[in-house]
Amino acid sequence: MNGWVGKLIRVNLSDKTIEVEKLNMEDANLYLGGRGLGSKYLYDEIDPTVDPLSPDNKLIFMTGPMTGTYATCAGRFNVVAKAPLTGTIGASNSGGYFGPELKFAGYDGIIFEGRAETPVYLKIYDDKIQLRDAEHLWGKDAFETTDILRLENEEDAKVACIGPAGENQVLFATVMNDKDRAAGRSGLGAVMGSKNLKAVVVRGTNDINVANKHEFMTAMMAARKKLMEHPVTGKGGGLESYGTQVLVNILNESHALPTRNWQTSWFEDADKISGEFLTENYLIRNKACFACTIGCGRVIRIPDGKYKGIVAGPEYEAGWSYGAACGVNDMNAIDKANHVCNLMGIDPISMGATIACVMELHEMGVITEEELGEELTFGDADSIISWTERTANREGFGDLMALGSYRLAEKYGHPELSMSVKKQEMPAYDGRAIQGMALSYATSNRGGCHVRGYLTSPEILGIPMKTDPLVTEEKAELLKLFQDLTGLVDSSDICLFTTFGIGLPEIAAMLRNTIGVDFSDEEFLKVGERIWNLERMFNLEAGFTKEDDTLPPRLLEEGLPTGPAKGKVAELDVMLKEYYEVRGWSEEGIPTEEKLDELGIDKKAAALDC
Amino acid sequence: MAKGIVISPDKCTGCRICELACSFIKNDSFNPKDSAIAVLPYDSVGLQVPMTCLQCDDPHCMTVCTVGAITKDPKTGVVKVDDEKCIGCKMCVSACPFGNMTYSSRHEGVVKCDLCDGEPQCVKLCPSDAIEYKELDGPLNKRKNIANLFSDVFGEVAE
Repeated sequence: MNGWVGKLIRVNLSDKTIEVEKLNMEDANLYLGGRGLGSKYLYDEIDPTVDPLSPDNKLIFMTGPMTGTYATCAGRFNVVAKAPLTGTIGASNSGGYFGPELKFAGYDGIIFEGRAETPVYLKIYDDKIQLRDAEHLWGKDAFETTDILRLENEEDAKVACIGPAGENQVLFATVMNDKDRAAGRSGLGAVMGSKNLKAVVVRGTNDINVANKHEFMTAMMAARKKLMEHPVTGKGGGLESYGTQVLVNILNESHALPTRNWQTSWFEDADKISGEFLTENYLIRNKACFACTIGCGRVIRIPDGKYKGIVAGPEYEAGWSYGAACGVNDMNAIDKANHVCNLMGIDPISMGATIACVMELHEMGVITEEELGEELTFGDADSIISWTERTANREGFGDLMALGSYRLAEKYGHPELSMSVKKQEMPAYDGRAIQGMALSYATSNRGGCHVRGYLTSPEILGIPMKTDPLVTEEKAELLKLFQDLTGLVDSSDICLFTTFGIGLPEIAAMLRNTIGVDFSDEEFLKVGERIWNLERMFNLEAGFTKEDDTLPPRLLEEGLPTGPAKGKVAELDVMLKEYYEVRGWSEEGIPTEEKLDELGIDKKAAALDC
Repeated sequence: MAKGIVISPDKCTGCRICELACSFIKNDSFNPKDSAIAVLPYDSVGLQVPMTCLQCDDPHCMTVCTVGAITKDPKTGVVKVDDEKCIGCKMCVSACPFGNMTYSSRHEGVVKCDLCDGEPQCVKLCPSDAIEYKELDGPLNKRKNIANLFSDVFGEVAE
C-alpha cells in the first residue's frame, strides 16, 4: 500500500473489544484521510442528532496519506467527532509526532466507540494493541500524563491525551499530543473525557511507502524550494522569525485586532503582545512539527516574575484571546496562561474569549462580584491564568465558564455578547474590517473558526493576491476556493501553513506520487468540495439551518470605531446569498441533489428535502 | 583533510526530516527507526539533539567485528559496513560507545551512517542547518563562539 497503510483500529470501549479492520479504500479515494475520511466515517456511523457527550458519539483519530512521509509539513492528524461546543461536526488537527507514529505502527486511524466504565488508555505497539487501566492518570495534567506513560511503556512512545479539562468535560477541552500540540477546537477533548479515555500511547516501527519514489522526491523538492523561499514560510520569513504572533502588529495596523470582547478592533498595547516583542525578549529557539521546514513553534523563557520558566510560546490566536480580547498587555501572564491551557488541555481561543465576555458582563454589572468571588475587569492579567485553571477544574464560577461564552451569556440574558458563531468563539480577525473573514466565520462547518477558509491571507497579507478587505464582491467565490483547498490540505494531512507558499499544483503533485492515483489537480480540489458538502449535510441533519449561518449582532450592527473600516459592519447578507449560489446550494443553504450527485455524496436523512 | 558531520543542537527544530531522508535514501521507504541519524528530544528545556555515527578514528565497531565486515576508508575517513560479509551478530551495536549503531530486524542488518558517499542526505535536507558536512580541521564555529565569550568578558569596554 502506498501513502495509506490500509488499516484501522476499532475500539469498543463499552465492551473492551479491539478489532483491526481494512481501511475503506473506496472512501479513501474520495475523501483521502484526516478530516475528510474521518468525517465520512463519522457521517456514516453516527446519527447526527446524538448527544456529543453520550456513548453514541464516536471519537476518530485519522491520519492522511502523506502523514509520516517527508511531503512538506506532513506530520499531522485529525481528531473527528460530533463537537460538544457547537453540536456541529467537529474536526480538529494537530502536529507534533503522534500522527506519523500511528502510521509507523501500521494504522491510518482509530475509531473509539461507546464509553469505558472506568478510565482507560489505549496502548499501541505495532500489532500489539491493549486497553489498560488509567485510574492512576485521572486528574493528572497532559505533561505529567505523558511523562508517566512514557516511563510505564517506552521512552520514545508518542502520547495523545486529555488533561483535567477533558476529564471534566469542559465544552472546549482539547486533545493534547506530544505535550504541547493540540487538536484544539470545538471540545473534542470533552468527547474523549466522556468516554473515560485518558490517553493513546503509540510506538511504531514499520515503513510508510510512496508510489513513485523518484517523482515524489522531485515534487517534494519543488514544493520545499517554494516554501523555503517564501517571505512567510521561508528562511528568515515571518513565521520562522516571529512565529504566528507576527500577525499581531499587522492586524492591529489594519484595525482588525478585536479588542476587549470586540468592542474595538485596535489594541493600544499591541506591541507588548507582538511576535517581535516575544522574539526579542522570550525566544530561546524555534520548534517544528514532524517533517516541517518552517518551524513556527516557539520555545520561550519567561525571564522573570512569578511565572518564570521555559514553556511553549503562544500562537497568534492564543496571544490575542488572552491579550487584546481581555485587554491584557502582560506577556508573562499571556505566556503562562497559554502554558496552563497546554497542561489542562483547554482551547485558549475559546477560554480567553469566554473570560473576555465575562469581563464585559461584569463591567456592565450583569455578573456580580459575589457570583465571581472577586473582581474581573479588562486588563486583569493574573485572572486569565486563575480562571483558566478554575474552568478546567470546574471550580466556582469556572463551572459556568466551562460551557463557553454563548451558553454563559445566554444564561444572563445577553447571548449577543458572546462573540461566537454556532456557539464557538471566533478568533482574532475582525470581520467588520475583513469582510471575507465575516463570511468565513458565518459559513464555517465547525462554527467560529479561522482555519476553514483563511481569507485573511488575500485580504490582509496579499497572498496569493491582494483583495480589498472592505468590499464584499467576489468574496463568496474566493472563500469557496479557500474552503475547498483547506479541505484537501486537512485530509492529505499536511499543515495549512504550507498554503502561504505552495498551492494546488504542488500539493496535488506530492499527493499523486504518494498514492499513485492519477487524479488531476481539479479532481483533488473536488475532494475538498466533497468534504465541505458532507460536513454541511451532517450539520443540516443535526438540525442546523440557514439561520445559524450568522454572526454576533455586534458585527452586524455596531460599526467599527476606528481605522480604514470605521463605521463599517459585516455585510453578511449580500455575501451569504452569493455564497449559497456559488456553492450550488438552495436559497436555504441546502446542497442541491445535483450538487450531491456531482460529488458522489449519499444523502442519509430522507426527511431532509431540498 | 577529512570531512565530517557537525551537529549544532541549538539550531535543531526537531522536524526529523534527517531521519526521513536517511531511511528514504537507504531503503526507499519512510521509517525513522531505520535511520542512521536520530534526534533526541529534551522536553523540559525544549532542546533537540541529533545523534549519528562519528566515524571514529579507532572504531570499536570495527575492532569487535569478527568477520571483518567493517572497514575504515583511510582517505575519506568513512567507517563502512559490508552487508555481504556482515553476519548480523550485533557485536558492533553493543560496542559503539555512543549507541550510534542500531540493528534493523526489518532489513536484517545493522544501520550505520556511511555519509552517503560524500553527499549526506540528512545534511542536504536539514532545513535549519543544524547538521552540516564540512572540513573538520581548523576552528569550528563553536570555538569561535567560545572565544567571543572570552572577548566579551575580558575585552576592554570601548566607550
